[in-house]
Amino acid sequence: MRWFLQTGWRHLIAWVMIVVVLLPIAWILSASLSANGTLTGSNELFRSISLENYADLFAGERIPFLRWMGNTLLVSGVSTIGTVAVSCLAAYAFARFRFRGRREGLAAILLIQLFPAVLGLVALFLLLDWIGDIFPAIGLDTHAGLILVYLGGSLGVMTWLITGNFNAIPRELDEAARIDGAGHFRIFISVILPLAAPMIIVVAVLTFMLSVGEYAIGSVVLNDRDMLTAAVGLTDVATGTDGRNTNWGLFAAGACILATPVLVVFFAAQRWIVGGLTSGSVK
Amino acid sequence: MLQLLLKLLGFAVLNAISVLLVMGFYGAGVWPVALLVVIVTLGLDLLYLGPWAVPLKYLAPGILLLLTFQVFVILYSGFTAFTNAGQGHLGTKQDAIAAIALSGRERVPDSPKYLLAILEGPTGLSFLVTDPDGAALVGDPATPLAPAPDAERNDAGKAVGLPGAEALTFQQILGRQDEILGMEVPIAADPADGVLRTQDGQTAFVFRSVRAYDPALDAVVDSSTGVVYRDNGRGNFAAPDGTQIDPGWRAVVGLDNFARMVREVRESEQFLGVFLWTFVFAILSVAMGFGFGTFLALVFNDPRIRGRRIYRMILILPYAFPVFLSVLIWGGLLNPEFGFINEVLLGGAKIPWLQDPWLARFSVLMVSLWLEFPYWFLIATGALQSIPRDLEEAATIDGAGRRRLFRHVRLPLLLVTVAPLLVSAFAFAFNNFNLVWLLTRGGPIALDSEIDAGATDLLITLTYKLAFDNSVQDYGLASAISATIFMIVAAISILSFRRTRRYEEVF
Repeated sequence: MRWFLQTGWRHLIAWVMIVVVLLPIAWILSASLSANGTLTGSNELFRSISLENYADLFAGERIPFLRWMGNTLLVSGVSTIGTVAVSCLAAYAFARFRFRGRREGLAAILLIQLFPAVLGLVALFLLLDWIGDIFPAIGLDTHAGLILVYLGGSLGVMTWLITGNFNAIPRELDEAARIDGAGHFRIFISVILPLAAPMIIVVAVLTFMLSVGEYAIGSVVLNDRDMLTAAVGLTDVATGTDGRNTNWGLFAAGACILATPVLVVFFAAQRWIVGGLTSGSVK
Repeated sequence: MLQLLLKLLGFAVLNAISVLLVMGFYGAGVWPVALLVVIVTLGLDLLYLGPWAVPLKYLAPGILLLLTFQVFVILYSGFTAFTNAGQGHLGTKQDAIAAIALSGRERVPDSPKYLLAILEGPTGLSFLVTDPDGAALVGDPATPLAPAPDAERNDAGKAVGLPGAEALTFQQILGRQDEILGMEVPIAADPADGVLRTQDGQTAFVFRSVRAYDPALDAVVDSSTGVVYRDNGRGNFAAPDGTQIDPGWRAVVGLDNFARMVREVRESEQFLGVFLWTFVFAILSVAMGFGFGTFLALVFNDPRIRGRRIYRMILILPYAFPVFLSVLIWGGLLNPEFGFINEVLLGGAKIPWLQDPWLARFSVLMVSLWLEFPYWFLIATGALQSIPRDLEEAATIDGAGRRRLFRHVRLPLLLVTVAPLLVSAFAFAFNNFNLVWLLTRGGPIALDSEIDAGATDLLITLTYKLAFDNSVQDYGLASAISATIFMIVAAISILSFRRTRRYEEVF
């Protein structure tokens, strides 16, 4: 009894929460393994195990899933690399140089985060529509256009995280390199970047996860069925917005395939992600 | 050496891209943008050429992207809010005039009679006509009439065939009559000159829009009724009695959109409801997420619990799972007829989780809690662990119980660290498009709603609906609402950041 009052009830809460957290995930996994493409078919969790939905998905006859995954990989990959590169450059300036407007710049970056890109969606749409008339390669319904829009948010929370990390690298190392004749760019490349590599990887993982799951902008910019990212395409499958019937089996299988690498990477990098999150807030 | 080469390569790429951009913009007639590109490029060249302004060298790429795709977009959004942009008001005045010249065509009363043969060639159907003077002309919907000197003629002198194309027989014409009756072959490159149409497959007549633009009047004149449609200064040609011709063009309409918004708030309960619900949702979603996350953090912040790390790992799963997937999955779970919750957990109940206004709001909040608590759990755990041990010990020695320890030591310290995060979480929840859109599409929608505002619509989903999802796209009104959201969020964050700073000074 005493054990329960002290720690036992905590385990009870933990178990309740685990059920709540795992239920949707177990359910979607079960739906993806059920041969029936409807909602009802998956309600008896793991009643039947069949890989039919996955086979359907990879056959690509009902939905071009592999293309969508490829598009997601391309768009998220390029915009992640761009975002991380731009963020690292800016963070180096913020961490290692003292210049007018430095504090204001850092504050401005945080403030702009309060206004998500969805807020400017109409303007973004009109802008891309207009640019597309002049340069079709970066207009509406192009991956390049979407990537550019994602890159617009490069300077953001991630820049802050990296700046904090660069700040933690002792300046003596810079000095030593400078005495050896290294210029500021050389110091950035050969001293700062390697030392901050773990944090940069975490930032890259977070950025990648965010852009893989981005729906609003993608749904407005992309239109052609073969151009969609997995997030936009799977949403259409689940809600039937593309004029076809909803198919839960296919959606469930697609969701599991998309979520698995995201979860694996997240938990592999968990320690640093949690550390980064809390160090950003808890100084 | 290599560095120099790389630098040169960088300059080459940068300037090549700029040249492309300048040529494109200049070619499209938007020379101010072309000029801007030139200035920016020269500035960048200058920046990277010499040993000056080192920090700016590292900041420039980010700043440029930020200016183009965020700052400019926000400003452009603000500008759009003062225009009538939307369906029927997309292009320029010139576009509208050209479109009007193409619409409302009627047969010209004194049109000459053209003898017609219909040809099928590799590019589709075309008209081969013999004009009253006996000249043969050929054209199709995409290419205006042009002389056809090598046309074959029959005994009556009517042109009946062209090498490389096949003339349709009367039966074939009958078989494809819908297609043929709908064909319009322009007489000349200028659409105002009219088109040829046929009503019997044998003869063709000139059809011309009865509405023609008169540059001297800056008005469109309807030649059949004599009505003059003048530029009404709001992006349309309009008759004195107020009837407008579609399409119009994009024009600045001042505060119209904001006035409409205010009118909607006054007159329609739904719109006011959306406003209030956005605030209620944002506040409750943050409060519940933070409260519950902190509660869990306190529960598990006890080293005596075995398996703490495993628990923690599972509890943050919702944070790692892609949000749009979680929301769609919850949409399936909450389905009233087939969803897991009704059918299995509640034994076949038919509770309209997402269809009843109040239940839908409740469900949105619950799903939001499921999504958000892990974040706050992580943050609160970190913050609790960073509270110096001696502070807690000192309080305990001074006789503080667990409750007082929490209220007077842990909670204040926790609030100091998370206050800025609470503000940004509020801003995020205020615009939590994914959750509401993918779970309920803002619905359920009351039947009498004019703007399709639903019970769970946030301002941001209403914006999206107005701009992209409704049958009539209204970019102007959507942008006006966006601008309003912007101002609300800005005001709230400025106020609360000031307060947080004061908070910080106390401790």
